[in-house]
Amino acid sequence: MLKIKNVNTYYGKLHALRNVSLHVSAGEIVALIGSNGAGKTTILNTVSAVTPAANGEIHFDGTLISKLSTDTIVRLGVSQVPEGRQIFNPLSVEDNLELGAYLRSDAGEKKKDIMKDKNQVYALFPHLGERRKQIAGTLSGGEQQMLAIGRALMAKPRLLLLDEPAMGLAPLLVQEIFRVIEELRREQGTSILLVEQNARVALKVADRGYVLETGKVILEETAAELLANKDVQRAYLGKDRKEIWER
Amino acid sequence: MKIWDAKYECMPREELEQLQLERLQATLNRVYKNVTFYRRIFDELEIAPENMQSLSELVKIPFTSKENLRMNYPYGMFAVPLREVVRVHSSSGTTEKPVVVGYTRNDIKAWTNLVARVMTAAGVTRDDMVQITFSYGLYTGAFGFHYGAEAIGASVIPTGTGNTEKQIMIMQDYRTSALISTPTYAMTLAERMERIGVDPKKLALRVGLFGGEPLSETMREEIELKLGITATDNYGLSEIIGPGVAGECEYRCGMHIFEDAFIPEIVDPLTGEQLSAGSVGELVLTTIKKEAFPMIRYRTGDMTSLVYGTCRCGRTMVRMNKTAGRSDDMLIIRGVNVFPSQIESVLAAIVGTSPYYQIVADRRGANDLLEVYVEAAEGTFFDEMKRQKAFLEMVEKKIRSVIGVSATVKLVAPNTIARHEGKAGSVIDRRKT
Repeated sequence: MLKIKNVNTYYGKLHALRNVSLHVSAGEIVALIGSNGAGKTTILNTVSAVTPAANGEIHFDGTLISKLSTDTIVRLGVSQVPEGRQIFNPLSVEDNLELGAYLRSDAGEKKKDIMKDKNQVYALFPHLGERRKQIAGTLSGGEQQMLAIGRALMAKPRLLLLDEPAMGLAPLLVQEIFRVIEELRREQGTSILLVEQNARVALKVADRGYVLETGKVILEETAAELLANKDVQRAYLGKDRKEIWER
Repeated sequence: MKIWDAKYECMPREELEQLQLERLQATLNRVYKNVTFYRRIFDELEIAPENMQSLSELVKIPFTSKENLRMNYPYGMFAVPLREVVRVHSSSGTTEKPVVVGYTRNDIKAWTNLVARVMTAAGVTRDDMVQITFSYGLYTGAFGFHYGAEAIGASVIPTGTGNTEKQIMIMQDYRTSALISTPTYAMTLAERMERIGVDPKKLALRVGLFGGEPLSETMREEIELKLGITATDNYGLSEIIGPGVAGECEYRCGMHIFEDAFIPEIVDPLTGEQLSAGSVGELVLTTIKKEAFPMIRYRTGDMTSLVYGTCRCGRTMVRMNKTAGRSDDMLIIRGVNVFPSQIESVLAAIVGTSPYYQIVADRRGANDLLEVYVEAAEGTFFDEMKRQKAFLEMVEKKIRSVIGVSATVKLVAPNTIARHEGKAGSVIDRRKT
C-alpha cells in the first residue's frame, strides 16, 4: 500500500532522513520507534509532503506520490493527524469534523454521505458525540486528540498517519485512543503508520515496526520481536516499567 | 503440499525486493554501528552503508571470509552484547580455531521458523515422529531440526548420535516416520537393518532430511531404495544460521533459499566477480534478519547456481541447485576448474556405491597431471586383469567427458586410503609444495 524507497529529507542543511526505505501493507499497523530527533515525525511529514523528500520514491497504491502536493495526497487517501493535534480551537466539534471533509465536499460529494461519516466518528468516539456544539478549544486534551483523529477520518483515508496520539494523555485516555486505532483497522481495514514516543504502547497494537536512529533505519522486525529485542527494551521501553493502564 | 509461511515464501517478487532492501539497509546500518570489523572496512573503503540504494550495490562491499571469522575469534563478529545472546554454537575446526556463532532470543525464533519451512516443504507434518540422530552439541544441526519439528507440532525423538541398534529399535517401537541424519548414517542404518533382519519397509519411516554432508543424487536414490523413504535435500551452514537457509519442495527442482532472511549471490571463486544467477560459482550469502551474528557477503565455499522464477509449488523464492563441490577443493588442471565431487559422482555412478578414493594433482615439467586412486571394491574387477584394464579405461573416459581434462585412474588395495570422517575421498595437490 505505502512503499518508501531511499528517501532523503532535509531541513535546510540538516539531513533528517538518510536513505530511508519502509513499507506499510494494506490493513497493517506499523510503528516507528526512536528517540527524539531520530526522524519519526519527519517520515510522516515527508509522506504527506508537508516537508517533501529531496529524493527517493514514495508510492501509495502504485501511484508515485513523492512529487505530489499535500492536498492531492489527501485526495488519494492519506490523512495525517499531526503532533499536538492542531485542531481549530475557536470552532465547534462539528465544524472541525466538517472541515476534515473539506476536500470531499469540494469534490461535490453529497452532504448526506458526509453526515453519515460524521455519525460514524461520533459512534467511534462517544465523547465527541456528547459535545457536538462545544468549542474545540475548551475540550480536554484527550477529547482534542479524539477530535484530531476524527477530523482526519472525515477525509476517508485508507492510510492514516498518526503522530504521537498518546502524548500528554491520562492512562485511561491512552487506552481509549488505542482501542479506536485497533477498531479502525479491524472494522474499516485502515492502514496505519504510527509514531509514538511510548514505544511499548505502540508495539502492543502494531504488527511491525522500524527503529530509527539519526535519520536511519537500523532495524525492521515484527512488533513481538521488537518487544523482545534487548536493545529496544533498553533504549525505548524502560524495560521494567509498566504503564499504569497496562496493569 | 502445505507451505509453512506462505506470506513470505510466496511473496510477489516486487514486494520481496522492497523487503530485502529495507532489511539490508537496516542490517548495514546496524553492523556499521555495532561490529568493529565492518565499521573498519566500510571506513577504509569509504563506503557509507546508509547510502546503499539498491540490492545490486551490494557488490561494492567486500566479502566476509571464514578467515575473517577466525581472526575475530571468539566474539568479535557479534553485533549485540553477550548478555543478549541466549545461545552459542560453533562450527568444526579440526586444526585451527573454530568459528563461534551466537543467537539472540529473536534469532532462535527466526531460526525455528526457517527450519519449520524446510521441514514442511519436505512433507513433515504435526503427525510425524521425528528421530534426530545428529549430535546435540556445539553443532547447529540437531537443535535446528529439533526446534523446527516442534514448531510444526511433530513429536521429536532426540536420540542423538550413535548406538545404531538402539536407534533401529526406537525406530521400530516408537514408530518413527521422519529421519534426520547424515546421508552416510542413513546408509549405515540401512545396512545394519539388513544385517540384523529388520525390514525397513515394515517401519513407519516415510521421509528423510539430511545434513552434515551433501546429498548426492546417487546417495539419494540409494537411501530411498534401501529405506523406502522420500529423501529430501536442504542446505544450511552454522556461519549463516545452521539448517534453514534453503530447502527442497516436492518438485525437487532445487532448494528454495529463504530470501526474506538471506540475500544470495553467485561469484567467481577466483576473481570474486559477481556472475549471472544461472552460472556455476561460489555461493555468497548476506543475512538480513539476524540480530546477534549478521554476515555481510559471506563466502560459503559451496559451488552452485541459482534459478529464479516462481516454482510449481507456488514459492517465489529463488532455488539453488545441488552444491557442486567446495570452492576451496577446486583444482585447476591445465586451466580447467575441476571439482573432486565431479569425480566422485562419476565413480559412484559406475561402481554403484561411493568407493574410497584419493585425487592427486601433480606437475611434470609444465604439465599438470591428475591421478585418481580408487580402492578396489565389488564391481572394480580387482582380480581379473583384463576386465580391470577395460574397466579403468572406461572410468577414465567417463571422467574426461565430465570434467573436460584427462586423468589417470589406478586401483589400489582395499583400506589403503586414509579415512577422513564423513568423506569418501581426499585431495592432494603436490604442485603447491
